[in-house]
Amino acid sequence: MTLTLRALLGGSVALALAGAALAETTITVATVNNGDMIRMQGLMDDFYAKNPDIKVEWVTLEENVLRQNVTTDIATGGGQYDVMTIGTYEVPIWGKQNWLVSLNDLPADYDVDDLLPAIRGGLTVDGNLFAAPFYGESSMVMYRKDLMDAAGLTMPDAPTWADIEKAAAAMTDKAKEQYGICLRGKAGWGENMAFLTAMSNSFGARWFDEAWVPQFDQPEWKATLDTYLHLMNEYGPPGASNNGFNENLTLFQQGHCGMWIDATVAASFVTGKDSTVADHVAFALAPDNGLGKRGNWLWAWSLAIPASSQKQEAAKTFIDWATDKDYLALVASREGWANVPPGTRTSLYENPEYQKVPFAKMTLDSINSADPNAPTVKPVPYVGVQFVAIPEFQGLGTTVGEIFSAALAGQKSADDALAEAQSIVTDEMTAAGYIQ
Amino acid sequence: MARAHSPRRMLITTIAAWGVALLIFFPVLWMILTSFKTEASAVASPPQLFTADWTTENYAEVWARSDYPRFFWNSVVISVGSTLLGLALAIPAAWSMAFVPGRRTKDLLMWMLSTKMMPAVAVMVPLYLVFQKTGLFDTRIGLVLALMLMNLPIIVWMLYTYFKEIPGEILEAARMDGASLWNEIVHVLTPMAVPGIASTLLLNVILAWNEAFWTITLTTVRAAPLSAFIASFSAPQGLFYAKLSAASAMAIAPILILGWFSQKQLVRGLTFGAVK
Amino acid sequence: MATQSSRLAARLMVAPSVFVLFVWMAVPLAMTLYYSFRLYRLLSPDRSGWVGFTNYLWFFRSPDFWQAIANTLALVGGVLALTIVFGILIALLIDQPVKGQGVLRILVIAPFFVMPPVAASIWENLFMHPQNGLFAALARGLGAEPILFLESYPMMSVIGIVAWEWLPFATLILLTALQSLSPEQLEAAEMDGAGAFGRFRYIILPHLTRAITVVILIQTIFLLGIFGEIFTTTQGGPGSASTTLPYMIFKQAIVAKDIGRAAAGGIIAVILANIIAYFLMRGIGRHLDS
Repeated sequence: MTLTLRALLGGSVALALAGAALAETTITVATVNNGDMIRMQGLMDDFYAKNPDIKVEWVTLEENVLRQNVTTDIATGGGQYDVMTIGTYEVPIWGKQNWLVSLNDLPADYDVDDLLPAIRGGLTVDGNLFAAPFYGESSMVMYRKDLMDAAGLTMPDAPTWADIEKAAAAMTDKAKEQYGICLRGKAGWGENMAFLTAMSNSFGARWFDEAWVPQFDQPEWKATLDTYLHLMNEYGPPGASNNGFNENLTLFQQGHCGMWIDATVAASFVTGKDSTVADHVAFALAPDNGLGKRGNWLWAWSLAIPASSQKQEAAKTFIDWATDKDYLALVASREGWANVPPGTRTSLYENPEYQKVPFAKMTLDSINSADPNAPTVKPVPYVGVQFVAIPEFQGLGTTVGEIFSAALAGQKSADDALAEAQSIVTDEMTAAGYIQ
Repeated sequence: MARAHSPRRMLITTIAAWGVALLIFFPVLWMILTSFKTEASAVASPPQLFTADWTTENYAEVWARSDYPRFFWNSVVISVGSTLLGLALAIPAAWSMAFVPGRRTKDLLMWMLSTKMMPAVAVMVPLYLVFQKTGLFDTRIGLVLALMLMNLPIIVWMLYTYFKEIPGEILEAARMDGASLWNEIVHVLTPMAVPGIASTLLLNVILAWNEAFWTITLTTVRAAPLSAFIASFSAPQGLFYAKLSAASAMAIAPILILGWFSQKQLVRGLTFGAVK
Repeated sequence: MATQSSRLAARLMVAPSVFVLFVWMAVPLAMTLYYSFRLYRLLSPDRSGWVGFTNYLWFFRSPDFWQAIANTLALVGGVLALTIVFGILIALLIDQPVKGQGVLRILVIAPFFVMPPVAASIWENLFMHPQNGLFAALARGLGAEPILFLESYPMMSVIGIVAWEWLPFATLILLTALQSLSPEQLEAAEMDGAGAFGRFRYIILPHLTRAITVVILIQTIFLLGIFGEIFTTTQGGPGSASTTLPYMIFKQAIVAKDIGRAAAGGIIAVILANIIAYFLMRGIGRHLDS
């Protein structure tokens, strides 16, 4: 009954597109509650003016809850959503399962070649673009220029980890609750492990070798974890094992942090109205160790259509509207260039108006320096910079994240933590059939 | 309440009771205060009880950002509906267990409670599939049924306890007078059990109102209640405590006001409970 | 006492509740049991099949498992102790004739109105935070180092938060029971020369036993399933210091998307709950009759 009704509706869309205006189609769009997505919901009058026959129902949820709901829906073929907001981690996995609709047939004026190559590469599986990027981000160093000046130091545009340590030491004054560096410590594959995995790339470490053997027993991981623990124990804020993106953002905005290495989108917050240090913030690329890779990640919140959707044409029309160049211009005209969703299109960064935004260039350089298909120094069998795009990674990453978080809290040594991570990941990868 | 109290003692207990009550209430009060602050002063260090820049902008933003009335109405329908349906099933059951107990009544009670022993997350996918296949997914009736079944054991238990307080002789007497079973329940038992039923009702409306796992897992748009509304305000990006506080205040306000107005009813109900 | 027909009527009146609850329990339980012996990962549907007891063994072999069981028991026991002791004290206090009794009672039950994820978030960020929390400000005001609640005392912090959430429930049930205590009884005791403690020990407490029993049983069932507050505040950490059994299941179901393991964990949780319920009923079940 419902199915035939849906088939009829689906058919009506095809007819409507063919020129015969028929009944209104309602599509359900699931999205995260990030600022850029919320802004889009306020601009829907433009979409309705152009597409009077499509109505959009929003499901706006916090990231974790959203991921849980859309994953359950897509894996069980629920068909409740017509457009889903998903990240660079999900796209390769879901694309391989044929759970997503290919977006290769978007209209020519969508200009798919304008998408930033690194971002587009992360959303493409076997030549099919499975999701359209809404905004992209990398990570970079945000630091307090006033504190650096006071210490007589200058931050290079492309610092090394040694530069970072020197700066952290100089800016730390615990009596004034001023900590040289704030980094993520909260356990989770998208929290501390996003940071640590990206950081480990710059140390030449990798999660797995070409035969899927875990590499936590290698010296590169030891160097990564030792450096991280040293920085945080000596120069970090107390209770850091519970700090995620948001906690660190708050600390930085209040002036407790000298440096913070995190998502490029944070730039607009630390220079925004809620920040007490807005006038003193400067940016630098994520650090490296002279090995040719930097410790920055790559992420894009993207719009995709589940194969179970019965209204794929209407969904495509919506995605085209929400991610094409006209949308960027629309946001700019209503809310200013600084509020345009960043990190998706080359043309945006070539626009002289956008180049005036203070963190524009650093964001672009950071995104361009991350390569999901060759994330680290040595070859790897997986895709992903700060994650490993295999279904098992959310569980593995979170488990390892807990172990490293415990090391940060002083509950175990770095060596014990690495040995434990190695043993658990080996067990899980064997059980999952990667290691024969 | 015939006992005499000296004014002095009344003063001391009043101060003590208010002190304790304010201490328990303080986090809620703090949340409400936070909802009127700017995001920056919400996390000011050291925390400020009062700030200079009071604002209602958080409420305006929360209101503008989502369809509050729809979430609100879904919450009302789901929590009240599931509680009333639960009471309709539970009152007769609790009556019979309290006044005509069999050998296995206690086991039956315990078994009812045991239906709640499975952790919700463990049955997430099975129940999700059941709801999908039966067309109950994202419907208010589906959530009414789910929450009713989830809380039914609690309703039966609480009613059973309160009914047990009522001396069986009163019912015996009514029966002697030739009251039918129906009359016995409606005209004799229920009035005496009003306090118990009132507090069961209140507690279960709150339990259903606050349920934040199934109500989010089993809905998308049409049936999503205030728990989903809240889940759209704990933002992973940017400061959000003031906005989250405002959204939370909006989510608890209706039930707080309900509690406030039903207070007289409730207190009268509660004091009626001095069954002799 | 009861006639044949009223017995029959009584059975008929229980039947609907029993029937719907049976269906509600049996269907998910059967499905969970089925999945617990299967390899079923949401994101790898191509790999599936029967795996015997593998999913169960994963739990028993996990280094976190026994810690999680201990934490689960600590959570249940700790919250029960706090809510019952303070619940009785508060119920006794607000049962007294005091000024503004109505408002007072609303204030006391207010924590129950706050959705658990919000309550946890408020406690974490506005109270326990080492920089911005109210406790840290108090500590600094007294010249002490702020306590790192969630890092140094994660389990105690979680217990404190959950106890605050459930205190109104216990208080309300105990208060309702307290009000059915006849003043004459207390007066008689007073005339017999019983002191305040004696009245409490020999009259009030016995009167409250059934209510306490109910609070224990109902809360235990709820507390055995708690994971949301842990996810919001400590993520079960640092390490596994505040991981409970439901949180382990939560991680398998929601994070790792391993439905088979989550199902096995669910069955283990049901068995654990039954063991606890058995001892509870043996210990306090007799207070339910009388």
